[in-house]
Amino acid sequence: MFGVVVVLVVSNAPGWPEVKRLFFNAEIFRDSLEVIPEAFLLNVKIFLVAELAILPCALVIAVLRGLPGPVFFPLRAFAVVYADLFRGVPTILIVYLLGFGVPALGLSGVPKEEVFWGGVALVLVYSAYVSEVYRAGIESVHPSQEAAARSLGLSHTKALRFVVLPQAVRRVIPPLLNDFIGLQKDTALVGLLGVVEAFRQSQIESAATFNFTPYLVTALLFVALTIPLARLTDWLVARDRRKQLAAAGAR
Amino acid sequence: MTAAAALVLEGVHKSFGKHEVLQGIDLELAPHEVVCLIGASGSGKSTLLRCVNLLEPIDEGRIVLGGDEVTAPGVDPNRVRRRIGIVFQAFNLFPHMTVLRNVTLGPIEALGKPTAEAKGEALELLGRFGLADRATDYPDRLSGGQQQRVAIVRALAMQPELMLLDEVTSALDPELVAEVLSVIRELAEGGMTMLIATHEMSFARDIAGRVCFLDDGVILEQGDPEQIFTAPREPRTQQFLQRIVAAGRL
Repeated sequence: MFGVVVVLVVSNAPGWPEVKRLFFNAEIFRDSLEVIPEAFLLNVKIFLVAELAILPCALVIAVLRGLPGPVFFPLRAFAVVYADLFRGVPTILIVYLLGFGVPALGLSGVPKEEVFWGGVALVLVYSAYVSEVYRAGIESVHPSQEAAARSLGLSHTKALRFVVLPQAVRRVIPPLLNDFIGLQKDTALVGLLGVVEAFRQSQIESAATFNFTPYLVTALLFVALTIPLARLTDWLVARDRRKQLAAAGAR
Repeated sequence: MTAAAALVLEGVHKSFGKHEVLQGIDLELAPHEVVCLIGASGSGKSTLLRCVNLLEPIDEGRIVLGGDEVTAPGVDPNRVRRRIGIVFQAFNLFPHMTVLRNVTLGPIEALGKPTAEAKGEALELLGRFGLADRATDYPDRLSGGQQQRVAIVRALAMQPELMLLDEVTSALDPELVAEVLSVIRELAEGGMTMLIATHEMSFARDIAGRVCFLDDGVILEQGDPEQIFTAPREPRTQQFLQRIVAAGRL
């Protein structure tokens, strides 16, 4: 109903013919499909590599934050500052600072490619978010589980590794996937460094044709990548709920 | 304090914030002795057990296990806990592991036993307590009574010199209590030294060599079960037992 109203309002707007020409040009759409998907592969690549780096980095930060005792105060403080800093500063600024700043230092032995530092920026930012997801999972495991593990004479590390983390990680898989949907989209920020990924490629196409249709193509590609991940998340949440109901019924 | 004592507590104090839960506990267990702790909820029974297992650090006093002071500075609590088995009210089994893995985790990861040996011993223990066919099940497929028996087996697999039982039947449906109590009785007959916090008065009377009545963080009265249950000296013990009788629990 709402959709019908929007369509009617938009298509009857005085500027609609012009907008239609600028955003929904069939010919440019076809042309864009020949170049943008190829550039989009780079987004997928950045996403996959960054994800593989984020999972362990975030786990380390979450574990550091949970270390007991006064001896580990510096490490706990580091984890807190890290999470605050990288969640607080806008991602685009981190991308700019690292992507333009580090190569400009001219250090030998340090990669100079913008795409590398753009990826590093995403890893740093998303590790902060994901570490909080892990931490929520760790805290959701009842303290009696850790007590039971410690009572067997297991060290804190072993209790974490065998008892707490396996349960924690299982519980946070849906919110983890949710963060990864965000990461998929933010790979477009790497394009701001001049790296020709889908967003940058559509900028180029758009500038060449004086038309915005290439952006529409890029948007559709991102959506196409997001939908499977979103449905997978839904399915996992539903499965968890079914399991919980079944367990509650069995008692 | 006799040199041969299995466990000695001397002037143990423990506070949570301003609330002093244990206000000077003195207690001694001889080897193979079974001592039951009774008392109202909040009297400090669970805290006392958790302190013995070093799950809670004590504020004052000392605890000596088999001649070794375990509250001395520099003692590794992990080594102490490997000598003590504890069973909790809520079972606290690891839900993501099979029964067998629950039982072998401690021997393999804390004692460093070879996997095959640990598995063999675990299966034997599970068999002894009628759980052999549940070895590959996950805890949520088991009844409460079975879960608690697995928890007892998990503690036994560490071959502890002392067992601490914290209200192990309180979370069970009434018809499942007997199977767990019979396991504990079997342990007592096997000579296991045990410190048992319980609300099961008739069981305490039956199994305990000695009963201690905890009230407000002190052992107000202790002695032979017959004496405690039939002729308690302290007025507070009398009141407590009267309430238990009125509730139909003795």
